[in-house]
Amino acid sequence: MSAERVLPAPPENVEHTEFWAACNDGKLMLPRCKDTNQFFWYPRKTSPFTLSSNVEWIEASGKGEIYTYSVMRRSDPQYVIAYVRLDEGVTMMTNIVECDPNTVAVGMKVELVMRGSEGGQKVPVFKPA
Amino acid sequence: MTINGKAYIAGIYEHPTRKATDKSVAQLHAESAAGALADAGLGPDDVDAYYCAGDAPGLGPLSMIDYMGLQNVRHMDSTETGGSSYVVHIGHAAQAIAMGKANVALITLAGRPRADGMATGTAPRNYGSDAPDVPFEFIYGPNVVNMYAMAARRHMHEFGTTSEQLAWIKVAASHHAQHNEHAMLRDVVSVEDVVSSPLIADPLHRLDCCVISDGGGAFLVVSPEIAKSLDRDCVKVMGHGEAPKNIMRGQVDLTYTGGHYSGPQAFEEAGVKPSDIDYASIYDSFTITVLETIEDLGFCEKGKGGAFVSDGNLISGQGKLPFNTDGGGLCNNHPMNRGGLTKVLEAVRQLRGEAHPAVQVKDCQLALAHGTGGSIGTRMGSSTVILGRDDA
Repeated sequence: MSAERVLPAPPENVEHTEFWAACNDGKLMLPRCKDTNQFFWYPRKTSPFTLSSNVEWIEASGKGEIYTYSVMRRSDPQYVIAYVRLDEGVTMMTNIVECDPNTVAVGMKVELVMRGSEGGQKVPVFKPA
Repeated sequence: MTINGKAYIAGIYEHPTRKATDKSVAQLHAESAAGALADAGLGPDDVDAYYCAGDAPGLGPLSMIDYMGLQNVRHMDSTETGGSSYVVHIGHAAQAIAMGKANVALITLAGRPRADGMATGTAPRNYGSDAPDVPFEFIYGPNVVNMYAMAARRHMHEFGTTSEQLAWIKVAASHHAQHNEHAMLRDVVSVEDVVSSPLIADPLHRLDCCVISDGGGAFLVVSPEIAKSLDRDCVKVMGHGEAPKNIMRGQVDLTYTGGHYSGPQAFEEAGVKPSDIDYASIYDSFTITVLETIEDLGFCEKGKGGAFVSDGNLISGQGKLPFNTDGGGLCNNHPMNRGGLTKVLEAVRQLRGEAHPAVQVKDCQLALAHGTGGSIGTRMGSSTVILGRDDA
């Protein structure tokens, strides 16, 4: 297996400070609308269900399964981009790491792992469970 | 209230360039505008509405109206939904015309990604670091190809669609492109050629992807009174739909497109059904784009697109649904990585009986043009228009 692609740092945005700080502590925090008790993705401080700011952060279990994926064959190093459906019921874009890209499949169970991006900010990716 | 019959497409023009090293973006827009006006028998002073999208330089309509010296504009629209923008614009123009706000709407598209050496498909597109979704997506290396590839993978998983079935879409486009002297790729290809071409992003191969081209195009949407006054054959705008589709608060479903919404809107307004359509221009950034769209527009059941597109069913003269008879984005051109406008042009040619004789649909009365913009993998805009001969 060739070297793993280094992820670029996520652009800074005042709305996302707590989310990224939690990632540095190894926690994937999911936003949940307190008006409807529904999780949503991606993180934001406005509920996309009610447009209220009544949003809380809940730590994710870190478990999920691959909804779909693609291996970027034209990149060096190659990498696996995927949508992972979390056990909490939302689906997030991510990378699948620590495996041979040829073994990745839709429906594969995966678990959270934090990776340092350029500059050190940790970002959530997934590996086979 | 409906726009059915309230507006007509009069002039059309497709810029013949495919690599424009010696022309600016503004120049390509203006040359396309001049071509469409000449085709209709109108002049710049007749234009009282101007629409463009994100490919236009500077401040869009403000910059282009100034550049072209248009003196009589009283209605503008710069709705930006990527490659579907120009199909959206038709509906907006028809609405403005129906309300008496405009009589002659000019819509242009142009760009030169090829001359500028843009890695259209494989380089990350960053729509601005202040976009709220960017930090949660951009870091993972999304690009145009792998987003559509993820849709294809999921469609295969849920419905058993195969790479060979997707390949038939490219095969059909290539059969048509051989007759288009301006098409970038004119060689007829086989299913085997497509599936044996290199994988770019699993499961999409190089030949599942559209071309990267410079160029542009323009068309005019005019009032019925203007249409009657022209010597040129005009086609009637009968129905229109537009819709956003996105990751739906985290409930991602990549097996359908915004066409699921825009198609029924357009059919209802036109008062026709998919089986009435004689010719369809369907946005073809990738083979999977066409397959999902055909299902969403109701030409076949969801999940049955693979069987529907196989065995030449999209080839003019052979199949039930002749599509993209100019070769489409897969073979002809894809100016500024935006294919919605050129889809309209070939639909108008078919209705006028002016497509290449080898691909002209006999007695073509009703045509559909569909645009897709943004990304099937995240946020997209879809738009559908149904056009007919005046007696349709």
